[in-house]
Parts: sequence; C-alpha cells; structure tokens
Amino acid sequence: MIHQNINVALIGNPNVGKTSVFNQLTGLNQQVGNYPGITVEKKIGFCKLPHNIKANILDLPGTYSLNASSIDENVVIELLLNKNDKLYPDVALVVTDVENLKRNLLLFTQIKDLEIPTILVINMADRMESKGISLDIPYLEEQLKTKIALISSRKSQGIEELKNLIVTYKSISAEPCLNASIIDKEYFNNLQKAFPDQLLYKLWLVITQDVNFLNLERKEIQGPFTKSHTELKRLQQQETIKRYQFINDVLKVGLAVDSSVAKDFRSKLDRVLTHKFWGYIIFFVILFVIFQSIFDWSSVPMDFIDSTFATLSTMAAEHLPEGILTDLISQGIIPGIGGILIFIPQIAFLFLFISILEESGYMSRVVFIMDKIMRRFGLSGKSVVPLISGTACAIPAIMATRNIENWKERLITILVTPFTTCSARLPVYAIIIALVIPNHRVLGFLNLQGLTLMLLYLLGFGMAIFSAYVLNKVMKISGKTFFVVEMPNYKLPLFKNVAINVIEKTKAFISGAGKIILAISIILWFLASYGPGEKFKNAETIISTQANNHSLSKTEINNRIAAFKLENSYIGIMGKTIEPVISPLGYDWKIGIAIISSFAAREVFVGTLATIYSVGGTDNETTIKNKMESEIHPITGAKIFNFASGISLLLFYAFALQCASTLAITKKETNSWKWPLGQLIFMSSFAYITALIAFQILK
Amino acid sequence: MRTTINSLKKSEKAIIKDFDIDIIPLKLLEMGCLPGNTVELLQIAPFGDPLYLDVNGSHLAIRVETAREIEVEIIKTEF
Repeated sequence: MIHQNINVALIGNPNVGKTSVFNQLTGLNQQVGNYPGITVEKKIGFCKLPHNIKANILDLPGTYSLNASSIDENVVIELLLNKNDKLYPDVALVVTDVENLKRNLLLFTQIKDLEIPTILVINMADRMESKGISLDIPYLEEQLKTKIALISSRKSQGIEELKNLIVTYKSISAEPCLNASIIDKEYFNNLQKAFPDQLLYKLWLVITQDVNFLNLERKEIQGPFTKSHTELKRLQQQETIKRYQFINDVLKVGLAVDSSVAKDFRSKLDRVLTHKFWGYIIFFVILFVIFQSIFDWSSVPMDFIDSTFATLSTMAAEHLPEGILTDLISQGIIPGIGGILIFIPQIAFLFLFISILEESGYMSRVVFIMDKIMRRFGLSGKSVVPLISGTACAIPAIMATRNIENWKERLITILVTPFTTCSARLPVYAIIIALVIPNHRVLGFLNLQGLTLMLLYLLGFGMAIFSAYVLNKVMKISGKTFFVVEMPNYKLPLFKNVAINVIEKTKAFISGAGKIILAISIILWFLASYGPGEKFKNAETIISTQANNHSLSKTEINNRIAAFKLENSYIGIMGKTIEPVISPLGYDWKIGIAIISSFAAREVFVGTLATIYSVGGTDNETTIKNKMESEIHPITGAKIFNFASGISLLLFYAFALQCASTLAITKKETNSWKWPLGQLIFMSSFAYITALIAFQILK
Repeated sequence: MRTTINSLKKSEKAIIKDFDIDIIPLKLLEMGCLPGNTVELLQIAPFGDPLYLDVNGSHLAIRVETAREIEVEIIKTEF
C-alpha cells in the first residue's frame, strides 16, 4: 500500500547527479508518468530502507531555485506548498554537487524555509581529493540545521549511510536556517499578521509566483500586499543577496579549497570543443557518426523483425482454424504489432546517443558555439537540442524547448521542429528508398540509398532552418531576450543512467505510438474486409462470370476476387474518393488509403500497406517490400512505386505534418489552437505542392 | 566610460559592481551574479558571442547584450 510508505522527495539543481542518486536508491524499480494535465515527467521509485521501512522516492524536476520560470519548476513548488498532496514529502533530500556547493545551497535555504525536514546530500564526494576540497561536516550541520550525507552516486559510496539517515527522518530538523524576512521587516510583519496560520515564506512565494494552492488564493493575499513588478523584483534580489551572504559566511568556515591541487582538465577540453574551427568540425563529425551508425546498426534487427512478423502471419493463417478471427489476427493484428516493434532499434539508438551527449556535458558546449549562428534564423543556441532530438521524436523535442527563455525563439523552435526527420518517417523512407533508388555505390564508398536517406535528413533540417528564418521575419513578437546556460563539468556518462533512460524513453514511445497503430490496424482491417452494397456482396459471382470469358486459372480468379472486394470495401471507396486529388502526385487509391490512415501518425503508412496487401493477396510469405514491388497500375501496367511517384512520396512525407501527437503537444505548450493549426495547414499544403511539382517534372 | 563584462579580456577577473535590475533576469542572480561577487571571462564563443563566464564559482554562458548591462571593476593583477 503506497500510503503507508514514507515519501521522500529528491530536489536539486540540474547537473548535480540527482538522477543517479535516484537510480542508486531505486534501481529499476521506478515508474515514469506525467503530472495530471501537463507533460512534465513524473518519476517515482520505490526503495527498501533499514528496519523494514519502505519509501516512495519522488524525483522532482531540476530547478535552480523556488522562483519558478517554467512549468517543470512549477511542479516542484506546487508539490512543496501543498501539504494535502499524497506525495507531500515526509523528508526532502536536497542533492548538491561538492564543486558547486555555494550555488546549490541557495535552493537548500529556500527548502528549509518551507519547514520540511531536510537532509543535505553532498554528491560527487569522490572528487574532493583531486580538487583539494575539504569540508567541516559538524560545523556545516550545525549552521545549516540539517544532517549531511556525503556520497558519490557514480561510485556507489555512502548510499547505505544515506538510507540509514532517511530512516531517522522524524528527528531531522525542519527549522529554517536563516531569516530572510529582515530585508523588509515592516512588510513581512504585516503579511504574517494578516495570515497568522500560514508560513511566511509560503505567502511570499504565492505573491511572487504564479501558483495557487487550496485555501490560499493569490488574489486574496495580493490585494493589500501588492507591489509593483520592479519593487517585487528588488525584494527578490535582496532576498537572494541575503541568502548568498549567509551561505558565503557558512562556507568561509565550513569549506576549504586548496586551489594548488586542482588541475583543470575542463578548461583544456573547453578550448578544443568550443574552438572556432575544431569546435564545429567535432560537432559535425559526431552528428555524422550518429546518423551513420543508427542506420548501419539498426538495419539488421529491423530486417529480422520484419521477416519474423511475415512468418508469424503465415503461421497464424495456416495453423489456426479458418474464419474471421484468424483473418483478423493474421492480417490485422500481427502486421500491426510488427509495424510498431520495427521502430525499437532506431529509437533506442537515437535515445542512446542523445542521452550520452547530454550526460557528458557536451550538449551545453554545442549550445554555446551554435547560439550566434542560430540567432540569425530567429532561433537560440538552445534550439539545437530540440532539433537534434527531433530526429528521434518531435514530442520530447518540443518539450525540451522549455528551457529557452525567450518566448519568440521558443515558439519558432516549437513550430519548426516537426520538419526534422523523426523516427516515424524512417520506415516510410526506408521502404520507398528500397523500392525506387537503385542499390549502387558511387565514388566507391557511398551507397546511393544511404545517400538519399542522408539528403532527406538534411532536407528536414534545411526546411526547419528556412521556415525559422521566414517566421522570424514575419512574426511581430518582442519579448525580453535573455539567455543563460549552465556549463556543467564534463562527466563520463554512467552506463546505468544511460541504459535506464533509453529503456524508459523507448518504452514510453512504443506504448504511446503502439496503441494508436494497433487500433488503426484493426479498424483498417475491418474497413478493408467489409463493404456496402451489392458489388461487395456478389464479388464472387461477378468475377466468376468475367473469368468464364477469359479462361483464367483458379489462383488468378481468387486474386481477382480479393482485389475486387478490396476496391469495393469501405476503405476502397474512401481511397477512390480522394484519388482525383492525389493522382496528380502519382499515387493510386491504395496509397490514398495509406495517406488517410497515416494522417494521425505517419508510421502507420507501412503498416497500412501491409494490411491492404495482405487482404488483397493470397501469398502471405512475402514481405511488404516484395508485395509493393509487384504492384502495377491496372490500366498502364507500369509499376505503382516508380522513381517519380517514389520521390513524390518521399517529399510528401518529409514535409507533411501527419502526427496527431505533435499537434496536441504544440497546443499544450503554446496554449492555443492557433499555432498547431497554422503548422498543420502550412506543412500539409507545402508537402502537397512540392510532391506535385516533383512528380510532374520527373514522370 | 563604465566597464562592463563584455569588455573583459579572456581570463581577466573582475568584481561585479551594479546592474539594472529590470533588465537582468532573476535566474542570473540566483546563479551568483550579484554585486560584490567575482567574475572571470573563460571563453568567447566563435563569432564573439555568447561569453563563457565563471561567476562566483558557477560556470555559465550569457549573451553579449546581457553582459553589456553588468558593470564591473577589473581586478588589477600584480606584476
């Protein structure tokens, strides 16, 4: 039972190793979900403590202070201000980095003001010796009114001691360690008198932040205690100075650094990685290696998954008793699941590389060297991260824009990110490239198919940058522009952290996209297996009559019947209806069906074609690719998937916004339907026009 | 003429004197950018912007337009 466990909240600045502490305490015993109504990740883990006590460990989003500037940070405040929340902590662990103790303690003093029992966790203690740092723990514990756990989450040191400390949570001090209200005695005295039952610091947070909580409404307090924006900010500044004064005084005695010991590896590496020439070369080489390896390494498992599911389908059709249910399983469900699982290798590799880049601290250096260039296009250096992670999936990428401080730069980043080639486009690209681009080598080492794929990626980035440039010129939004990015110390990525991250992200993607794909596959199968009217019902008789005149073999008759049925099924009629709109692009009604069904999620395209061709044909062993290859135009006899229609399809999928989840996340992050709708209309019409031009020129 | 962070040379140290509170974001203050604290210019990005600083022991990067608003006094190094 969850409510009998004690609640432990992990709080800390970004880059202090908070997630490794979380992983150390909980192992793989964690649940990742979302906070209700918002897309902030909620991570809860479970931990067995000594004396048979169990704890729920809540990993809160990293924050520099309790003055929230993003919804991630707001989550922290809202939880800590609401004693009735079922996750309200019995004890808070403030995680700090021994090398950044001064800055990390700012948040600690704020948490102490909320009168929650708080343990100070000083992480990365294994570096103390090499950095010449020594701490006076008893003195610090006394001054900061807390218990201190010296740990190294990387080396698994001090974790048991920390667990023992958590068990004693009832005896840990909940007193504030300084009194910041002396910055304006009169104001704060009156505030406390007006609300004697409330914590003073809570009141102050409610006045300065955008949070509501239960019986204490903002308006009610703000009325008599309102101040101008500048006055409030001045007070916040004085508060921050006060806190730093206290911290500086405490650390003057409690912390000693022998700087002669510290040898700086960081500045040497910085000099290379941010170099005006080598910095960029290194960055592009890393990108190139990432993309090359994703395609090289994942093609084997992907082919394996593809053929396994084709075999499974056949086996199901052969060994299960004949009937509708078997057809649904072999033609609807199995190809549908295969269409989801085929994503796993590429997504896992992409998340692997992205989390290594972030864990190591390299990503901040990329932000640093790219900022000036990106600003020319109305973006920020911080837009690089969403644009790169957009190659995995636009959803986490759009969420990653939250740390872009400037609204205009952030909005543009959100709007252009869906142009980057996400992993959902990959199966579509992969199959069409395999069909229409010859598998030749040029210049001895470049594979023509690989080259095409790389061009499509560049096209995606290019389009993103170009539309950003246009949006920047067109949009009239002026906001305060500012930009602060922390440059964390370089760290060797921890295998455990990276692995957990990759597993969680892949799982979330598969279960999120998987449900849609599976549901759509089943619906499609029904729509393709049933049809309205006499034609569908009497397919056998109609075709048999025709066959008598042409003297066809039995298999040919069966194939014709199946094709005739598909044409007159519900989905066939839908495809036929839109055929006039898409035939100038070189597509037939079957591709039309695939486009309709992939409107909500583009990865459905391949699965749809798989389902359609399974319903239409009798031979189950061949893979989707073979079926598409042999598809010919009924009148002209030309291949349906030829060079011109192939290129046109590639361009259509490169530009069209066929992803309901992207629309939903854009709506959530911009708080308006205006932006996602604009995105949808612009991207779709652009896709249509380029595909049209390409086909008309190439055909 | 007043000296601001953007006029520092590489690896030059200075003391933060004053800035316009309406322009400087709170987040920067929280990272230690406060009057009386030291600041050192560590790196300048290619194309001259942003600037990579050590402020009060914190490593962070800000743009020149922000750096221009923060007045400092250079610490004279003894020869």
